[in-house]
Amino acid sequence: MRHTLAVLVENQPGVLTRVAGLFSRRGYNIESLAVGETHEPTISRMTIVVDGDDLVIEQVVKQLNKLIDVIDVQDVTQAEYVDRELVLIKVNAEPSIRGEIMQIVDIFRARIVDIGYNTLIIECTGDEGKIRAIEKSLKPFGILELVRTGKIAMVRGQKYEED
Amino acid sequence: MKLTGAEIICKALEYEGVEVVFGYPGGAVLPLYDKLYDSPIRHILVRHEQGAAHAADGYARATGKPGVCIATSGPGATNLVTGIANAYMDSVPIIAFTGQVNLSAIGRDSFQEADITGITLPIVKHSYLVKDVNQLAATIRAAFHIATTGRPGPVLIDLPKDITIAQAEFEYPPQVTFRGYRVPGRCDSAQVYQAARAIGEARKPVIYAGGGVISSNAAEELREFAEKTRIPVTNTLLGKGSFPETHPLSLGMVGMHGTAYANYAVSYSDLIIAIGARFDDRVTGRLDTFAPNARVIHIDIDPAEIGKNVRVHIPLIGDVKPILKELIQRVEVPDTREWLKQIEQWKAEYPLRYTNEEGVLKPQYVIEQIWEITRDKNAVITTEVGQNQMWAAQYYKALRPRTFISSGGLGTMGFGLPAAVGAQIGRPDAVVFDIAGDGSIQMTVQELATAVQYNLPINIAILNNRFLGMVRQWQELFNNKRYSQTEFPDLPDFVKLAEAYGAVGMRVTRSEEVRPALERAIATPKPVIIDFVIAREENVFPMVPAGESLTKMVGC
Ligand SMILES: Cc1cc2nc3c(=O)[nH]c(=O)nc-3n(C[C@H](O)[C@H](O)[C@H](O)COP(=O)(O)OP(=O)(O)OC[C@H]3O[C@@H](n4cnc5c(N)ncnc54)[C@H](O)[C@@H]3O)c2cc1C
Ligand SMILES: Cc1ncc(C[n+]2csc(CCOP(=O)(O)OP(=O)(O)O)c2C)c(N)n1
Ligand SMILES: [Mg+2]
Repeated sequence: MRHTLAVLVENQPGVLTRVAGLFSRRGYNIESLAVGETHEPTISRMTIVVDGDDLVIEQVVKQLNKLIDVIDVQDVTQAEYVDRELVLIKVNAEPSIRGEIMQIVDIFRARIVDIGYNTLIIECTGDEGKIRAIEKSLKPFGILELVRTGKIAMVRGQKYEED
Repeated sequence: MKLTGAEIICKALEYEGVEVVFGYPGGAVLPLYDKLYDSPIRHILVRHEQGAAHAADGYARATGKPGVCIATSGPGATNLVTGIANAYMDSVPIIAFTGQVNLSAIGRDSFQEADITGITLPIVKHSYLVKDVNQLAATIRAAFHIATTGRPGPVLIDLPKDITIAQAEFEYPPQVTFRGYRVPGRCDSAQVYQAARAIGEARKPVIYAGGGVISSNAAEELREFAEKTRIPVTNTLLGKGSFPETHPLSLGMVGMHGTAYANYAVSYSDLIIAIGARFDDRVTGRLDTFAPNARVIHIDIDPAEIGKNVRVHIPLIGDVKPILKELIQRVEVPDTREWLKQIEQWKAEYPLRYTNEEGVLKPQYVIEQIWEITRDKNAVITTEVGQNQMWAAQYYKALRPRTFISSGGLGTMGFGLPAAVGAQIGRPDAVVFDIAGDGSIQMTVQELATAVQYNLPINIAILNNRFLGMVRQWQELFNNKRYSQTEFPDLPDFVKLAEAYGAVGMRVTRSEEVRPALERAIATPKPVIIDFVIAREENVFPMVPAGESLTKMVGC
């Protein structure tokens, strides 16, 4: 099963290598990894999506925790969380079919960010399902290039008690 | 007052209580060596940097203090790699200082540049590339802290040359804080209580003691615990010395070349109490048939070891020593009378055995004699890797912690001699033996020169079968005796080799010469090589073929 890990690390050179190295050395499968600074500039946050059974995930979390530069590891998979990914897709778009593409863009609340002679670049943000869906919808037109940021995730805030 | 980086390193080492470092100089560490020249810290000049890392390792295992090694940039640093990997696999605290090209030259394929922090990434507990001389003292403090606490391991500090020349105000931080490194504190008492009850309920319990008992300095507690509960104890290769192997409750070593009775006891037990041991595949054999009826209590300071290979029912995470102390207080004593009877039967039925034949020298006999002659002495045994190591593990009954030092996890041929150098430096009064093979000794034999230079009276007992015996044994058993590349048609004359180095050489071909040769070696205040010409195709038995169940032993 796929798990989403939120990993706080020291914002230092070499940390990404240590984390990536751990995954390859121990034979774990990274599906995606996104990293950036947090509001506390000495700390970065990685969102790692990793596939494996419970035993593997338990080991991944423990082994990550052993890295000196890793401050905290949370497996948010079971928690209520918001996740987003950004994708840029360059599609074939001769003028005659642009209308059709723009409709799809509208449906997904995506945006067109570049118009070329025969191409469009579409920017779309969303959770995994949405990204997969827009990719599928655009495929028939011919996808020329596609780039994804990898998923980022955040556990939802505590909700007000209902009375 | 401002000090240079090199001076800061020397001072920091003094603050850390380091008395000796093992190293080899070169361009990138010239400034450091210039300051070491005036430092009270003793420097042991090895003959190859691998020797420095292994010597630091042997020193650490023999003394319980961290070992320190130094190498220059590039080839000096890469020569350390095997030694660092070895310390990592066996959880030994060493600190490796490597020279590096100037900060501004990094990344340009400069002369003797190697990305040693990158190369060693998967084999260190942690590493640093120092980029600011103001951080140097704190970095060294952090490195010693990390190497020696929790699960010990190697830490590398890469030192750009200009950092060792630059100056900074020296202040040695008494402690360092980490956001991402915590050593497990006290173990949860509820868990200990649960373990105490499970032990009381067991009828066929067995203690499986490993290297963690030794690094925790908990041999006393283990003994008290075993004696109080009347639970038999088996140990791993790295756990040798954690419990006296002559004790009536001892089963000796478990695993691939363990005793049959230890393997039976573990396999038929209803409770395994693993203490500072990591369920290595050399120990468990085939995992899905491993100890099918046993519940497992696992004491380990590294949470990642819990459930890594074997399902654990009651984990006790933390340092062995305090956990055992609490367990001794709380434990309910099980009724093990029937079980101990069964074990006595196994011991009688399947003892370790070999046959002495007229006119041939048996390696097991040599080890027994080394044991006899050193058992009452302050002695340290190191080993190389292969059959020599396994015979040593089987026939040298370790009685005290830090007396049996062997490369377990990495299985590094060439470890024994430099480890013996480190052990002898750390324990000048000890009688030190390296139990060696003719293949292994050739991997690091240059360290004999180190032993001669520093007058280290180490004794190297080569069990010479003119084979890479352990590999040959596998070829005999599994490849139809097709001895591909395992025979040495021409070996050096080890007696002359010893003499060429300024050491003493002896050759022993017959059983009756063994004892006198050993006595002479121990009495010789110089390094000695004894070339024991042994039965060439002797095998190590019992043996669990790789991937087989622990009960499927051959040769017992
Ligand atoms: C040719 C060959 C054959 C071998 N055959 C065998 C064999 O038959 N039998 C055998 O046993 N081995 C054998 N070995 C060695 C084997 O490969 C392993 O190295 C060995 O079994 C590991 O020992 P250990 O479990 O004690 O673990 P170690 O590697 O010593 O690990 C120690 C464990 O204790 C923990 N620990 C450390 N400090 C503390 C502390 N203070 N408190 C709590 N926990 C702590 C660590 O986290 C770790 O889990 C062989 C090796 C070779 C080269
Ligand atoms: C550096 C290294 N290379 C190769 C091996 C594989 N290996 C394990 S045991 C062995 C044979 C060792 O021969 P020797 O030192 O003569 O010991 P013996 O088994 O004959 O006692 C070899 C080649 C190893 N463990 N380490
Ligand atoms: Mg040999």
